[in-house]
Amino acid sequence: MTAGTTRLDAGTQAPPRDFGPLDRRMFVRYSGASGDLNPMHYDDTLARAAGYPSVFSQGMHSAALLASFAVDWLGAETVRRFRVRFREQVWPGDVLTCTGEVTAVEQRADGRLVTVELTARRQTGGVAIGASADFLLPG
Amino acid sequence: MNAPVGARGAEYEMVVERGKIAEFAAAMQSAHPAYRGPGAIVPPTFLTSSALWAPEGARVDVGFDRKRLLHGEQEYVFHGPPPRAGDVLTVADRIEDRYEKPGKRGGMMRFAVVVTEYRAQDGTLVAEGRSTLIETAPKGGAA
Repeated sequence: MTAGTTRLDAGTQAPPRDFGPLDRRMFVRYSGASGDLNPMHYDDTLARAAGYPSVFSQGMHSAALLASFAVDWLGAETVRRFRVRFREQVWPGDVLTCTGEVTAVEQRADGRLVTVELTARRQTGGVAIGASADFLLPG
Repeated sequence: MNAPVGARGAEYEMVVERGKIAEFAAAMQSAHPAYRGPGAIVPPTFLTSSALWAPEGARVDVGFDRKRLLHGEQEYVFHGPPPRAGDVLTVADRIEDRYEKPGKRGGMMRFAVVVTEYRAQDGTLVAEGRSTLIETAPKGGAA
């Protein structure tokens, strides 16, 4: 499941993964899991009254999908930092494509600190979430 | 309201629960085995759910107009392996920074960085959340 046996250097890329098409059920499931009960993410009537074409995904929902991608690549126990920047909104029907690239590897006494840049792109090519993260791998 | 840099919220308890981790993993479409079973650890953004444990009024209030409030960035730092099911964490917010920048269409955008600290029962800081909140400039560019 982790990259323990895979060689990782600056420039190493993760195999991309798609999430979606995203739907309202996924937004609701994230609302319950996270405790973010903002109705803009599940109540179309309220979202339209506020000027949006429909409900939209929580930024932290897209961030969680990107985190899912990252831990499948570099491990769940090994994560030491995960930072996301919220860019474009994500709508029902969107497909997010997650990509990742190693930007630095630092050998430390307690392991190899691997820094990666991660991106979740909409099918339009627009960036929904940009992220950077550190993973402390054995060795 | 408009709490200054250094202001702290009240401490509250968060119990890291196996079922909540599994629920969160399902919402993030993760089949990772580390998020299932009695020894489950928390996913990278799971600690956002500590909001569910916060009593009314415990969290710091940066005083921004909710209609103009944006969540710009969110970071989680783990000072070791992520917390696991059964851990009892003591959680508290503090305001780390506040600053302003001119908006693109005039007026001032206000920023606040809120750090949420997660401590083990012996007081060790095990994780931190860092939220960058943005209040967009008022409409019409009046500052």
